[in-house]
Amino acid sequence: MTPGSSDSQWPLWEVFLQPPKGEAHEHAGSVHATTAEQALQNARDVYSRRGEAVSIWVVPSASITASTPEDMGPFFDPGNDKPYRHPQFYKVPRGVRV
Amino acid sequence: MPSPVLFDYVLRLGDDRLVLGHRLSEWCGHGPILEEDIALANISLDLIGEASLLLKLAGSLESKGRTEDTLAYFRDAIEFRNALLVEFPKGDFGFTIVRQFLFSVYSMLQMDALQKSRNTELAGIAAKALKEARYHVRHSAQWVVTLGAGTDESNARAQKALDDLWRYTGELFCADDIDREVAASGDGVDPSTLESAWRDQVLAVLNRAGLRVPDAGYMQAGGRGGRHTEHLGHMLSEMQILARSHPGASW
Repeated sequence: MTPGSSDSQWPLWEVFLQPPKGEAHEHAGSVHATTAEQALQNARDVYSRRGEAVSIWVVPSASITASTPEDMGPFFDPGNDKPYRHPQFYKVPRGVRV
Repeated sequence: MPSPVLFDYVLRLGDDRLVLGHRLSEWCGHGPILEEDIALANISLDLIGEASLLLKLAGSLESKGRTEDTLAYFRDAIEFRNALLVEFPKGDFGFTIVRQFLFSVYSMLQMDALQKSRNTELAGIAAKALKEARYHVRHSAQWVVTLGAGTDESNARAQKALDDLWRYTGELFCADDIDREVAASGDGVDPSTLESAWRDQVLAVLNRAGLRVPDAGYMQAGGRGGRHTEHLGHMLSEMQILARSHPGASW
């Protein structure tokens, strides 16, 4: 928090909310906080004021390892030409009702 | 059915929350960081929401046709029944946090007890307010510890706030005839019964924060009887000007 630095904010945390229906936690956004408890409270105040969540996870943003745009080709393209990896590729045998 | 004593009692509950809610709203757009700005505005809205329900109930107990808006916007300072603690200007962030903590613990204990009120409407409002107060305590206690155990400056500011505010905490627990009467009928709670639990909870957090509890000296009171500091009148003039300049306006 030195004056003149480009980011005078506190460390960043990523926020994940579990919707009331009991589904998996989903990324909601991020908050600044100095401790985990403060991050949890800030997430509650910023993202769950309207009853959006039954559970909140906060994770230090620095702890997340993410793929990079350069990974796009090697990571994801090989999946595009392998239709047999989708269940729709297979015909449902006669006699099986869905 | 008109109930003048319960009206007086519920008016105190409502005014505490209306005035403190307004003081907190003064932080909107001025918070130390975006997230805390939103948090303070949230707490402010909780308190104003509680005040709205309580003043509405007060109006119906009075049975003179006054609504929550009439009570909020068309009374002068001398008719307000809030404790002095809540009417001081917001001060610095340390002052706001320490005051919020002192009041929130009080409110939590009070609302917990009021859930058993014989007046079912008041009991319902208390059940809602209790959940909110529990979060207000958690939020403000976390900040009291952060400031108290933080830097020399944050500790000094929190300590000064505590020293300045302590003499106004006694009024929260002063019981008068109104309190005793509503407690006897099972409608209200005698505030003096909340003091020891309040002290225990407040001291536990102050100890963790490394803040020194001021010596119990003279306790200032007056708000419950309409004798306020100069600050309340200034606050009300700002809070009420729109409703008074345009009576009947809706927005």
